Amino acid sequence: MTALTDLSLAEARDALLKGQVSAVELARAQIAEIERARILNAFIVETPDKALAMAAASDARIAKAEAGPLEGIPLGIKDLYCTEGVQTTAASHILEGFTPAYESTVSANLWRDGAVMLGKLNLDEFAMGSSNETSYFGPVVSPWRRAGSEAPLVPGGSSGGSAAAVAAKLCFGATATDTGGSIRQPAAFTGTVGIKPTYGRCSRWGIVAFASSLDQAGPIARTVRDAAILLRSMAGHDPKDTTSVDVPVPNYEAAVGRGVKGMRIGIPREYRLDGMPAEIDALWRQGVEWLKESGATIVDISLPHTRYALPAYYIVAPAEASSNLARYDGVRYGLRVPGKDIVGMYEATRAAGFGKEVRRRIMIGAYVLSAGYYDAYYVRAQKIRTLIRQDFERAYADGIDAILTPATPSAAFGLGEKGSADPVEMYLNDVFTVTVNMAGLPGIAVPAGTSSEGLPLGLQLIGRPFDEETLFAAAKVIEDAAPKLKPPPKWWA
Amino acid sequence: MNTHAKPSKLIKGATGDFEVVIGMEIHAQVTSRSKLFSGASTQFGEEPNANVSLIDAAMPGMLPVINAECVAQAIRTGLGLEAKINLRSVFDRKNYFYPDLPQGYQISQYKSPIVGEGVVTVDVSPTEQIEVGIERLHLEQDAGKSLHDQSATESLVDLNRSGVALMEIVSKPDLRSSDEARAYVTKLRTILRYIGSCDGNMEQGSLRADVNVSVRRPGAPLGTRCEIKNVNSIRFIGQAIEAEARRQIGVIEDGGTIHQETRLFDPARGETRSMRSKEEAHDYRYFPDPDLLPLEFEEAYVEELKAGLPELPDAKKARFIKDYGLPPYDAGVLVADKETADYYEAVVGAGGVRRDPKLVANWVTGDVAAYANSVGLSVAQTHIKPQQVASLVDLIADGTISGKIAKDVLAIIISDDKDGDPREVVETRGLKQVTDLGAIAAAVDAIIKANPDKVAQAQAKPSMIGWFVGQVMKQTGGKANPQAVNDELKSKLGI
Repeated sequence: MTALTDLSLAEARDALLKGQVSAVELARAQIAEIERARILNAFIVETPDKALAMAAASDARIAKAEAGPLEGIPLGIKDLYCTEGVQTTAASHILEGFTPAYESTVSANLWRDGAVMLGKLNLDEFAMGSSNETSYFGPVVSPWRRAGSEAPLVPGGSSGGSAAAVAAKLCFGATATDTGGSIRQPAAFTGTVGIKPTYGRCSRWGIVAFASSLDQAGPIARTVRDAAILLRSMAGHDPKDTTSVDVPVPNYEAAVGRGVKGMRIGIPREYRLDGMPAEIDALWRQGVEWLKESGATIVDISLPHTRYALPAYYIVAPAEASSNLARYDGVRYGLRVPGKDIVGMYEATRAAGFGKEVRRRIMIGAYVLSAGYYDAYYVRAQKIRTLIRQDFERAYADGIDAILTPATPSAAFGLGEKGSADPVEMYLNDVFTVTVNMAGLPGIAVPAGTSSEGLPLGLQLIGRPFDEETLFAAAKVIEDAAPKLKPPPKWWA
Repeated sequence: MNTHAKPSKLIKGATGDFEVVIGMEIHAQVTSRSKLFSGASTQFGEEPNANVSLIDAAMPGMLPVINAECVAQAIRTGLGLEAKINLRSVFDRKNYFYPDLPQGYQISQYKSPIVGEGVVTVDVSPTEQIEVGIERLHLEQDAGKSLHDQSATESLVDLNRSGVALMEIVSKPDLRSSDEARAYVTKLRTILRYIGSCDGNMEQGSLRADVNVSVRRPGAPLGTRCEIKNVNSIRFIGQAIEAEARRQIGVIEDGGTIHQETRLFDPARGETRSMRSKEEAHDYRYFPDPDLLPLEFEEAYVEELKAGLPELPDAKKARFIKDYGLPPYDAGVLVADKETADYYEAVVGAGGVRRDPKLVANWVTGDVAAYANSVGLSVAQTHIKPQQVASLVDLIADGTISGKIAKDVLAIIISDDKDGDPREVVETRGLKQVTDLGAIAAAVDAIIKANPDKVAQAQAKPSMIGWFVGQVMKQTGGKANPQAVNDELKSKLGI
């Protein structure tokens, strides 16, 4: 018999509704897995008591036939989402011990639909990073290892805790956020499915802000179907976030089996990078073949401003972050380090409270917004952003339904391997994903194969605004066509 | 912009005349129930931190949502300033650290304000009117308040005001004297109060002024300006300008140069002092707030708000001049306060009859206003009802009482008989004017008889008649009809 925790979210949901398993049993099973996997450092806070109480309430609702769409499903919540009564830190020392008196809209939507909270997942500090190594609470270790090696690998970031927890089957799904690739890159590194929906699809209210014009919530899940089920509950217009968009949320799960017959899939030539590993290129070609075999038309397209996306992103995102993080000043909540006067208190608090990468981005952001540099950096970056968006608009106007690219330029790397000498080395991880945030489009990462070292590799599909359905349909085709990933042996348990 | 220096406005220095050039930034707190981007109350005078939402305290993950009423108030005000309403405007972040600024930035409008150029017509004196250009009006958040007197070792912060909507109204540098500046702020406040977009209450901080002052020799290019921050009364605005202009003239005449800086006015010492120089000025790192979409609305919405605007002071003044035949000065005094203007009109038309508008204006702006001032109220706030003033005016007009008796009747209504009907007061207290010619003739005869020497004097010098009038009035307790007394005296004295 399959262990309870090996079920997919969809299977667990069905089993709960049929009474084959109780929500409390599911929660207990996950809690046990989490306890065994502490070496992965995926959770910053575990909330087993809360999980069991919520699960008991779910069982009661199931018994009364009042089950919501996620009734009794245990989930992990990225610690960037404010959770009422549960410490929320953004993986930063400056917020250590901060307990919100409010619940983020997206997590509240999940609880509304019956989901059960297992705890708060680790991440890069303030979601700034691509390896989950910038967390104040220590790095997350990927459940994956290179064949024949015990060297610890990164799960990717910033949603490294979410990806690792889902890959290690510590939860049936997790919330994540994506500002430049923070859902899709860790999903690709861990063999999980991650979707960043269209900007405005999910409310940002109650999610600690990194870069407001780029941040978007989304799920990391075990399968395409699970991701579709989670996104439907997470998404929706929120009057408390004026950038959230008032459009109906479709039943994404219904789109999962739709197939790609008749779809036109664009292959952007600018994503073929110099020095890209051959296995990434081969994976991409394989994805093209699978889609073609399933009835899609493959079209070569051009997104000419792609190469400017990463530098422009590293102006816009730090600029917004430098302002968004100004509120962590030691005055009202979080860490306070005394100083001789108010400026001294600010400096001491922020120096002690923020890690190196966060400080670096705050300084970059303040610099690009400063008088005399604003036009040269921020204004030009925004112009590039417009050009990038127009690239995509042209492609979609030409009848392209979705665009296929690699999700990452490589498989997962080792802890401490990248970025210590040159942060740009780390930033290059986002080269395929940032364009999507800059254009506000939906993007999904789906496992498509393995590297020569046996590590998962993912492909990315980019969709039209608010057309996540096409992404689920196409991602499902790749998921089905790709050889089944052999789950990593439970070396941690 | 005024290009030619008016000699009457110049300030004399030791080495010649100077012209002062003034521009104003008025921060007007928007009248609204809740704050610009949160649902917290704007009620003044609550316990510290009673009106603070999660957004105002800048808790993690909180997002601003624009308050539609504040937008409507800004548009109404823009219309009142005859200004261009921008159908698309943008909120920016002005970044700086201060404990009373929880977000670490103020949400304001920098490059694209909601209201563009406009104009305000200002009466500086009964005979002088100027036009002051409006550069722009934008919406922004107020900051909280640091409290330094609550603890020996710590400063505390009250966030009740944090996030309250302000309209910053920026004038062009069109003002040339402290009198003009005071008149401009007074007029602006009148317009805001008519519209109902700001209560104009300077004591509570609902209206604050930053005053930009520079001086120059007449005809010379604009001098370097200094900004005097946060002046909180119209009187202080005048004093601050005078003090700052004098200071700048002194510096220039001593061979120095003016450095652009921010200064504070100290009313106790009557001087301004440096707060920070241009070099110390913050780099606010303005950029569009990514949490807020550009603010956009249709022309039809502006038209709808326009249709709902009350009659504004300039229009009301013109109507008072045209319809009531009032002199511009009287009309201006009446419309300076909307309630006073309404009160005036209520008196003119009380009981469905129309009475002499000029006579009513004299009473409303004269004795009634004098009483109101003496008790620190506006005319409409006193207990004197328009119907009572109307009745008083009617009693004068129909000859029942003289103007002098009317003042006595008003005094009775002010102190003894607050709800009294003037006609009854006159009846019961026997204040009716004596128009019985026989009684008047008898009184005149008696006086003439008793004062033969004065009769001779009066016949030689007819202006002496005044003495006789006074005597007759005294004898009749002031109730004799003055015209009848005059006529009788003239005929009896043969002058």
